[in-house]
Amino acid sequence: MRFLQILKNTRRNLSLNKTRSLLTMLGIIIGVAAVIAIVSVGAGAQELLLAQVKAMGTNLIGILPGASDDQGPPAAAFGIEITTLKYEDALEIRKLPHIIAISAYVTGRGTASYFNKTKEYNYSGVLPEYPTVEDTAVGTGRFLKQDDIDSLARVVVIGSQVAKDLFGQDDPLEKQIKINQVVFKVVGVMKERGGGGLQNQDEQVFIPLRTAQKIMLGIDHVAYIRAKVDKEENIDPAIIQVKNILLFRHHIKDAAKGDFSVRSTAQALDILSSITQALKMFLGAVAGISLIVGGIGIMNIMFVTVTERTKEIGLRKAIGAKRRDILLQFLAESAVMTLVGGLIGIAVGILISAAIALGVNYFGYEWQLIISWSSILTAVIMAVGVGLIFGLWPANRASLLSPMEALRR
Amino acid sequence: MLIKLENITKNYLDDGEPTTALRGVSLNVAEGEFVAIMGASGSGKSTLMHIIGFLDKKTSGQYFFDNEDMGDFDDAKLAEIRNQKIGFIFQAYNLLARTSIIDNVLLPTIYTPHLDKAAVEKRAYELLGRLKLSHRINFPPNQLSGGEQQRAAIVRALINNPRLVLADEPTGNLDSKSGQEVMEILQSLNDEGHAIVMVTHEKDVAECAKRIITLRDGVIISDELVANRRQAKDGLIR
Repeated sequence: MRFLQILKNTRRNLSLNKTRSLLTMLGIIIGVAAVIAIVSVGAGAQELLLAQVKAMGTNLIGILPGASDDQGPPAAAFGIEITTLKYEDALEIRKLPHIIAISAYVTGRGTASYFNKTKEYNYSGVLPEYPTVEDTAVGTGRFLKQDDIDSLARVVVIGSQVAKDLFGQDDPLEKQIKINQVVFKVVGVMKERGGGGLQNQDEQVFIPLRTAQKIMLGIDHVAYIRAKVDKEENIDPAIIQVKNILLFRHHIKDAAKGDFSVRSTAQALDILSSITQALKMFLGAVAGISLIVGGIGIMNIMFVTVTERTKEIGLRKAIGAKRRDILLQFLAESAVMTLVGGLIGIAVGILISAAIALGVNYFGYEWQLIISWSSILTAVIMAVGVGLIFGLWPANRASLLSPMEALRR
Repeated sequence: MLIKLENITKNYLDDGEPTTALRGVSLNVAEGEFVAIMGASGSGKSTLMHIIGFLDKKTSGQYFFDNEDMGDFDDAKLAEIRNQKIGFIFQAYNLLARTSIIDNVLLPTIYTPHLDKAAVEKRAYELLGRLKLSHRINFPPNQLSGGEQQRAAIVRALINNPRLVLADEPTGNLDSKSGQEVMEILQSLNDEGHAIVMVTHEKDVAECAKRIITLRDGVIISDELVANRRQAKDGLIR
């Protein structure tokens, strides 16, 4: 049989059994698309998280409550609340030589309302140097002052989006808003930072740390502290100094038994990388499972049709097909099905990934569409391989039978 | 001599039990003959025909087809003979489902090298017309009656103008009228020079042939010419 003839027959055979062809291709499409989309989501999430940390700047030291070893993340990273870190710790750290700005943080979620406008926001209780620490600035009005902290003042600095949401065109300054039914006076509006970040900065409100602790949350500890170091080369000595002062303040003699973790952004980046890498591997495993499921689907269809096709093979042999003709026919059919399925799978996978990226971007995160070539390659090779093997294997077995044996099946 | 069998035996495993289907069959069939093979079920008549048609392999003995010793031929060569020199008609028609009659009829030709495509298609339409299937050309088999399906299968068997037509119970699945039509066709094919070997267990069908061979337990117990050959167009007693 000539090549063209084979292609023509293949097209006819596949279109004669549309359901079977589609089901087989469906297995491949699902497998390939799932792998591509899942791997893309993993990579996108990793990029997003790492970009966030990088955006904070590299001269930062983060102090988290709870001990941790050098590799693993501290317990606080998993949302476990530890109460060992206090406002006064931050004040002491600020006195260290290389520290040029500091803020302690507590966070909560609350409903802010101005007249009839109401919306949910994350609020942060912070210290006056927050804008320096986070590389941001006030647009109009002023940021929080030390007086506000000390006096438990009910003043608030709102993000630019919050200003738009609650005040529209009006000037928010000196107006009073309620956050969880507590009345605050707006003293400043942050500069617009643009979308991005797991917490959109423009949709946050900032209140004095101690006001947040005492009035809003009723707690005495802080969630974490961030300190800005003057120069990058001073980060390591600064970390040691911070550790020492915290050990002293927390009355801990054995440095190995500290109830806090001090990390630079670079270290945090490493840890985050290892977490997200694990996440990616987990997602990869999920993708692998979907590939296996797809493969089993392909296998099933191929095996289910084998009886019908054994008879067909018997007949074809009886009227003159050589074993080579049979194998070529089945190879061509499987190859076309798996390749077409693979290509559709790639397209669907990329479309799903793009849709996810678009969707996430719509909600204000800078999610990058990352398509990994290796995931495409792995998925296609696996799916096509399974399709070819299980397309050819039964055909090969049937082609070895005598025509009569095959016809009798 | 078209077919010359010498002391053919066939053993096979039936559910793991070694079984002997043929115990030394010797047989000659000349060009243009019409031979019916009869026998009870299990007599080995189907096995004999499958061996004649290279659908199955003999265990021992010698087989000369067209004066060539088939013992030397490999599977690919035998496939060529099946394709170009033999036409098969099965009891169950064995047409490809969901495939139009014309494609079914042309199926053998996709395995025939160096074929004049236009000529073979012309021949297909002629044969379909002759067997009154012109109006069924683009139908799938399941929309045809049993008789029509068997006639389509006969066209498929004839498409490469074979020397030998093998028919395995060709009327077995048909009502008497359709069976009669099929036998009429086989007789006229024989008149045109095709050698035919047919397996049947029906006496009146066998009497349409020129010669009847009867098997019992894997050996030929009689081989005689038909004295009063039945003309199928006069009707079959069923």
